[in-house]
Formats: sequence, structure tokens, C-alpha cells
Amino acid sequence: MSFHLLPLVPLLPLAGFLWLALGAGRLTRRSAARIGVSSVAIAALLVIAIGTRFLVEPPDAGAHVQTLGAWLRVAGFQADFAFRLDPLSLVLSFVVTFVGFWIHLYSAFYMAEDEAIARFFAYMNLFVAAMLILVLADDLLLLYLGWEGVGLCSYLLIGFWYRDPANGYAARKAFVMTRVGDTAFLIGLLLLFSQLGSTRITELMERATAMWASEPTLASVAALLLLAGAVGKSAQLPLQTWLPDAMAGPTPVSALIHAATMVTAGVYLIARTHVLFELAPAVQNLVAVIGALTLLLAGFSAVVQTDIKRILAYSTMSQIGYMFLALGVGAWSAAIFHLFTHAFFKALLFLSAGVVIVALHHEQNIFRMGDLRRRLPAAFWSFLVGAAALAALPLVTAGFYSKDLILWQAYAAENGSLWFWLAGWVGAFVTALYIFRLFFIAFTGEPKTPIRRTPEWTALAPLWALGILSLVAGFVEMPATLGGVTLFRALLEPVLPLPDVHAPLTVEAMFQLLSMAASLAGIALAWLLYRHRPVMAPTSGGITEYWREGWGFDLAYERLVVHPTVCTAHWARHDLFERPYDRLAGLARSLHRGLATTQNGRVRWYAGGIAAGSAVAFALVLLA
Amino acid sequence: MIDLDAAMLIGTLLFLLGLTGLLVRRNLVFTLMSVEIMLNAAGFAFVVAGAHWNAVEGQIMYLLLIAVAAVEAAVGLTIVLSLDRRMETIDGDSVNRLQG
Repeated sequence: MSFHLLPLVPLLPLAGFLWLALGAGRLTRRSAARIGVSSVAIAALLVIAIGTRFLVEPPDAGAHVQTLGAWLRVAGFQADFAFRLDPLSLVLSFVVTFVGFWIHLYSAFYMAEDEAIARFFAYMNLFVAAMLILVLADDLLLLYLGWEGVGLCSYLLIGFWYRDPANGYAARKAFVMTRVGDTAFLIGLLLLFSQLGSTRITELMERATAMWASEPTLASVAALLLLAGAVGKSAQLPLQTWLPDAMAGPTPVSALIHAATMVTAGVYLIARTHVLFELAPAVQNLVAVIGALTLLLAGFSAVVQTDIKRILAYSTMSQIGYMFLALGVGAWSAAIFHLFTHAFFKALLFLSAGVVIVALHHEQNIFRMGDLRRRLPAAFWSFLVGAAALAALPLVTAGFYSKDLILWQAYAAENGSLWFWLAGWVGAFVTALYIFRLFFIAFTGEPKTPIRRTPEWTALAPLWALGILSLVAGFVEMPATLGGVTLFRALLEPVLPLPDVHAPLTVEAMFQLLSMAASLAGIALAWLLYRHRPVMAPTSGGITEYWREGWGFDLAYERLVVHPTVCTAHWARHDLFERPYDRLAGLARSLHRGLATTQNGRVRWYAGGIAAGSAVAFALVLLA
Repeated sequence: MIDLDAAMLIGTLLFLLGLTGLLVRRNLVFTLMSVEIMLNAAGFAFVVAGAHWNAVEGQIMYLLLIAVAAVEAAVGLTIVLSLDRRMETIDGDSVNRLQG
């Protein structure tokens, strides 16, 4: 399979989008689903074929760059439609198309009864196309195009059921919150261009190393701006509040966009521009601090939620916090490894939650579920697998290997510290606690809501595929104490350097035992607290109330930002400068009202008007 | 030789007569007739002016005017007839609604 087919990978879903968007009224539901699923399926096959070739006989320079043509060419500046295939973009585009395909297939089941299914698949295809442009872009400007494209699709799909105003509000909130980060990213991009004179990522990184090595201020500013963009997109502190509300969208959307792919775009951006962050150690340390704080705050919030999707949303936030922690300590490939495994098990968790939600007729409260083992065995087992992977159940799940790698390097890497490790370790315990709390409350115990719809093969196949991957995907990278498989880091090493780890094997084994203990202790505590005597009503009051409301960030932003802005806008609406224009508008309106009365529909009045008008005109000509 | 002033006065009077008819009559047949009178007043002015300056254009304009007047009468009468059939009225003021 030739590398020259690379541009087809993003273009196929784009073609699917165009077909669905233009033919929306003329397609049957079944054919809309077929087009939507197959465009991503072909793209996934193409990525697998190209990826196999890449692994078997890598291109000479370690990367293949395919330029389609110039996008902008102004006064010496040129930005191309150029796609870059290197190990990093290969991993990401595999995740996007492969997980994307299973979620599309699942959507055919989930959205089968929705009348706007063609619109749904059109948005989903557009999203996949934009996400692929993002990860394959060789030019930072093209990456930004994909970045904004996924933001747009996220907005469109959160507000997909637009008839409920709450969904529209959630969509706007997500769009505006990420926009704050996007603006910082754009400023950072322009700063990089104005200082370094290029937007090609490889050139940028080379020039940054050459020019900013001795002058860290500009590098810090640029890295900080890119970090702000990543923080907004990946729902990290302090721009994280949009993600729980984004669960207003259909569940496949939450699985694809708000768990597996888009929210990890920030991680990808930082990994892609890691050279810049290495030049600014203070900012890189900030990345780790943000990650550590987010993973703890989101983890504690997840423990007290009652909505199944909100628990998973906080969990996503927390897991991306782990990735940021890894990025911050320089464990670049560990972050991408966790991104890789997280995409599988979090998508699995969302999809099996979706089966439950559909079966219980859109019931999302975990206290109203119960006894699903017998009634929905597929959802029960796949959720159990996903939960085990998320809780990093030792040895058998993918999540264990990726989280363990992050925890170890958070301590042992050059920039790591015991505090980072401790945050991640407590987080691992909390993760196991909240996901098994959800599992025991929602999936076991007494039945509370009758089953209305059981899943079909289009839902079961994705659960199987992602379930198996959630178990085995971790075996490509195993710690030295457990055989030392290093396929994943070896693949990424040409792009992402490895951190210096100098620690004896015994210390590593000890830390591993500690993280295993955290995970098992979390599961055990959840068993003790929720298995036999499930708490019927969530406890209220005290600190749990803060946790449930996401630590009060929403309230604080409402008071500090939204309210003053709205007040200023109201005040500015009638300020001094506005008055002349208000008058002008009033005058135009009254003139309009006067003239409108002459339009009374009586032909003889019109004739009279014409006659009077011509008399006046004649009089002017004759007398003047 | 024709006295131009007197002829123009007659033309103006004829035109005003037609205009008055147009403004005061509600019956669409009379409206049409009033328009014919106004057209002919204009035609009269053309012919007189052509005769006064010995120019043939005045008469050519009159031929054009007759053609326009004939077309207008044909279309106008058709509308009046169909109005009478559909709405059973030929009152110009009562048929000013576009809908229905």
C-alpha cells in the first residue's frame, strides 16, 4: 500500500460528510447509516494498510510528508495542505479511525430511531475528517484548521437534540469555554510565526531549538499559550467545566469526541510540540501540576455523581489529567500510550453505558438501574471489562500497563517528584473507587427500571472489539519487572524522546506493588460500601456537595465572569454613544410607519398620488 | 394654422377629464374608459404639435398610442370580465386583496 494514499484518509470521511449533508432529505435512514459507517470503515482499513507498510518498511527519513498543494501563499509566507505520517500521527490516526469506526457502527444501533440520523452521521463524518486533519497536519496552521473543525463538530453534536434548550446551552458552553483556549492557541501560533518565520511544525521546532535555547522567555510565552489551548480542548483546570455538561449529546458522541479523540487533542498538541516545552522547563512543570490537580479534583467529583455519563465525563477529565502529568514530567510516550489505551476502554465504558441508557429508556441515574447482569449481559460484562481497565486491575488490563508507566515515570523521570507520584497514586485509588461504585450500584442489586430495548449485533460487535482491546492493548508495552516489552516506546522513540530513568529494578517493583495495592484497595472499598448495602440516596451537605458541583467552579465562573459580562453588556446597551444611533433608528421607524399608511391597497389613491406628484413636478419645472 | 395654445388647452382639459373619472369612479369599466380618454388626450397633443411644427413624428407617436391603448383595453376588459365571473363585482375598491 503506497504512502501516497495518505490524503485519502481524511478525505474519505469528508466525502461521506458531503454526501450525507447534500443528500440529507433524499436518503433513507438505512442508507445514511451505511454511508456514514462505511466511509470511516474504509479510512480505518486504509490507515491499517498504510500503517502496516510503515512498520514493515519505514520511509527513509522516518516520516512521510505528502503535500497536496498550497493553501495560502502571501508575500513569502506559505502554508500547505501537507500531511505528515510519522509514528505519532500513525498511532493517533489509528485510534481515530479504528475506534471511530466501531463507534460509528454502534451509532447505527443507537440512533436507529432518530429521524435526523443523516444529520448525525454527517456531523460524525465531518468530525472524523477534522480530527484526522488535526493529527496528520504537517503545518501548525493546518493543525489549527482541524482543531477548530473538531470544536465545531463538538458544538454541533452536543446540541444535536436542539429542541431542548438545555442541550443548546451545554453546546454553547462547551464552544465558548474551548474558545478561550483556542484564542490563546491562535495567539501562540501567530507568535511562533512572527518570531520564527514559519508554520511548519518541524521547521518551527528546529528554529526554536536554535534561537530560543539561550533565551527562555519567548519560549515560555509560546509554550504557555499552546498549553492554554490544550487545557481548553482537553478539559483541564481551569477550563474544565464544559465537559460534564457536554454529556447532553448522544452517547456515541460522548464516546468518540468527549472520551476517545477530541479531548485528547491537547495531549497530542503538547506531545507534537514537546521541543518547545523542553525549552521552557517552568511551563512543562506547570503541565504536570495542572494534570495532577485535575486528576484529583475530577476523581473526587466522580465519586459523588449520580448520572452515569457525568461520572464517565469526570473520569475522562481525570484520565487526561494523568496524560498531562506524564507530559509534564517528560514521559511523552507514556502519555501517548495512556491516550491509546484510554481511547479503547473509555469508549467501551461509554458504549456499554449507552446500551444501558437505551435499554432503560434514557434513564441515566445510576440509582434507578440495578440487576443488569441477567437482563443485559452484554452491557454488564463489557462494562466490567472497561471498569477493570479504568481501575487499572493489575496484569490483565491495558489500563494497568499505561497507568503504571505514568505513575512510575512521574516519580522516576528527571522532572518527576514524589508529590506527582503521590497525586497519581491517590488518583488511582479514587479511580478504582468511583468506577466500581458506579458498577455495583448500577449493575447489581435489585432491578428498578424495566428493560425496553435489547442491543443488536451493531451494538454488540463494537463492545466485543473494544472489550478485547481494553484487555490486550497494554501488552505492547510492559514494564521491565514484567518482561520488559517496549514495542510502543520503540515505535515512538524517533518522534518522542524517552525520559532518563535511573532507578534500580527493585524500586520499580516496589512502586508497582503500591499502585496495584491502590487499585485493588479502591475496588475492595467500593465492594464494601456499595455491594451489599447500596446507598439509596446520595448523601448531601458538606464537602460532597462541592464535589458533586465540580468543586464550585461553575458557580465561581458564573459570579466572576458571566454575571459581570452580562451586566456590562446591559449597561453598555444604553450608554452615551449608543443614544444617537438609537435616535436614528427611531426616526427611521417613525418615517416607515408614516409611509406604510399610504400603502392602503386602494388603486384610486395611488392614481391620485401619481397625479399630485406629477403636478408638483410640472410646477417645479415651469415655475423654477 | 392651428392655434397651438388653444389646442393644448383642449388636450389638457381632456386629460383632466379622464383623470377626474379615474379618481372618482369605482366601476372598473369606467376606470378603463377614463384611462382611454387620458391616452387620447396625450395623443391629441402629439398630433397637434406634429402639425404645428410640420413633423411626422407626432402622427407616428399617435399610432403607437393607439396600439398601446388597444392592448390596454383588451387586457383590462379581460380582467374586468374574469373579476365579474369570479367575484361577481367590478368595484375597484373591493378587489384590493391579493389573497383569495
